[in-house]
Amino acid sequence: MNVPADRKYAESHEWARARPDGTVDVGISDHAQAALGDLVFIELPVVGRKLAAGEASAIVESVKAASDVYAPVAGDVVAVNDDVTSAPEKVNEDAYEAWLFRLKPADPDALSKLLDAAAYEKSIR
Amino acid sequence: MPKQTPLNAAHRAAGARMVDFGGWDMPVNYGSQIDEHHAVRKDAGMFDVSHMRAVDLAGPGVRDFLRYALANNVDKLKEPGKALYSCLLRQDGGVLDDLIVYFLREDAFRIVVNAGTTDKDIAWFRALLADHAPQVHLTARDDLAMIAVQGPNARAKSWQALPGTEAATANLRPFFGADVAAKQGGVFIARTGYTGEDGFEIMVPATRAEATWHALSAAGVRPCGLGARDTLRLEAGMNLYGQDMDESVSPLASGLAWTVDLASPRDFVGKDALRVHPPTQALLGLVLLEPGGVLRAHQKVNTAHGDGEVTSGTFSPTLGKSIALARLPVGIAAGDIVKVAVRDKQLSVRVVKPPFVRHGKVLVE
Repeated sequence: MNVPADRKYAESHEWARARPDGTVDVGISDHAQAALGDLVFIELPVVGRKLAAGEASAIVESVKAASDVYAPVAGDVVAVNDDVTSAPEKVNEDAYEAWLFRLKPADPDALSKLLDAAAYEKSIR
Repeated sequence: MPKQTPLNAAHRAAGARMVDFGGWDMPVNYGSQIDEHHAVRKDAGMFDVSHMRAVDLAGPGVRDFLRYALANNVDKLKEPGKALYSCLLRQDGGVLDDLIVYFLREDAFRIVVNAGTTDKDIAWFRALLADHAPQVHLTARDDLAMIAVQGPNARAKSWQALPGTEAATANLRPFFGADVAAKQGGVFIARTGYTGEDGFEIMVPATRAEATWHALSAAGVRPCGLGARDTLRLEAGMNLYGQDMDESVSPLASGLAWTVDLASPRDFVGKDALRVHPPTQALLGLVLLEPGGVLRAHQKVNTAHGDGEVTSGTFSPTLGKSIALARLPVGIAAGDIVKVAVRDKQLSVRVVKPPFVRHGKVLVE
């Protein structure tokens, strides 16, 4: 299973990666995209929205089913990736490249509470 | 522990994602269900449908029995090999199952029923037989596997994969089946399917299922899972039992009036109930007209004539849009624009008459 070690994970299958400027990119794991199957619709939060940790913040729909994406940490949405709304299959092609939205975390240390790659990999085994 | 078809190991070896479907461990896809869908529309794909059950009925009077047991009229079956789609109804007109019945000989018919309803159907037939035709013998053919090969190149690739079958099936018309037992050790090939494309449904002894599957694969037939099977059948405007109709609804409210013969003097199970209760709803197609999500079963449809409900919804790979079957109030017609509740939004959809796609061509606006 493809679980890169350069980022942290939530048990609900999101990944979060800190950027040099302190903002955090959020996407879904390779395990999640494989379980959902071919994605055909993605709805992202509006820029400026304040998200609580664990709050349903985006929707990804595959041919099979719709699924919520939860904010792995609390923060303000500072950007969204319009490339994935126009081409949802990009998430299937590379789930770790295709980020969904970018947060300015409320707590700069919040990522430390998430799972590391080894712990996430164990949780999906 | 879900049941396994004779092809279970082959699916797993091919990297299939497996799911529990009606108590069976079945492949949902082997990677991309959209790619599998396109393979069937443009070339040839195959589905393991061994979870569906062939049931043989044999004995004197079997046609009279089926004339009473089925909502469609087996008197339409005049030539051996001819197949007929029919509902199996309860006395109150509810749909117990939908099935295909093949006329093999005057004293032998074969029925193919859905996986999830097999035990219920067999019990129903046995009880009806005991009352109406105790001389007719029922055999559930657990010894057979079934592979559906579908797509514009399905027949040619099947002939390439299964030597000796071409002569017996080259002249087979749509909705006919033929026993090619003499040459192939017990193979029944029917020109039927559930995709809206040409092709075959091939029944072989379970012991030969894997060899047949691999031969088809070697001939370039792409393995396809239940995911693609669902988008293909929905584009083809074909109902899925348990989703688009069940025991609680009439076939007349399920887009199946064409299969129910109310005009003839023939009596059949459920006929009286259907005559007394004309439908207040009809099953029609929907095409999503704006972005905002995907149509899914159980979403509410708002119309000028009252509420309806989506019974099956998906993303159509051929149209590149979301489509659905929906049960709508009588009075709503093809061409109307209505609204579907998708999460917190009311999205506009156009009502259409299914099918959406046949033989690779889009038939709706």
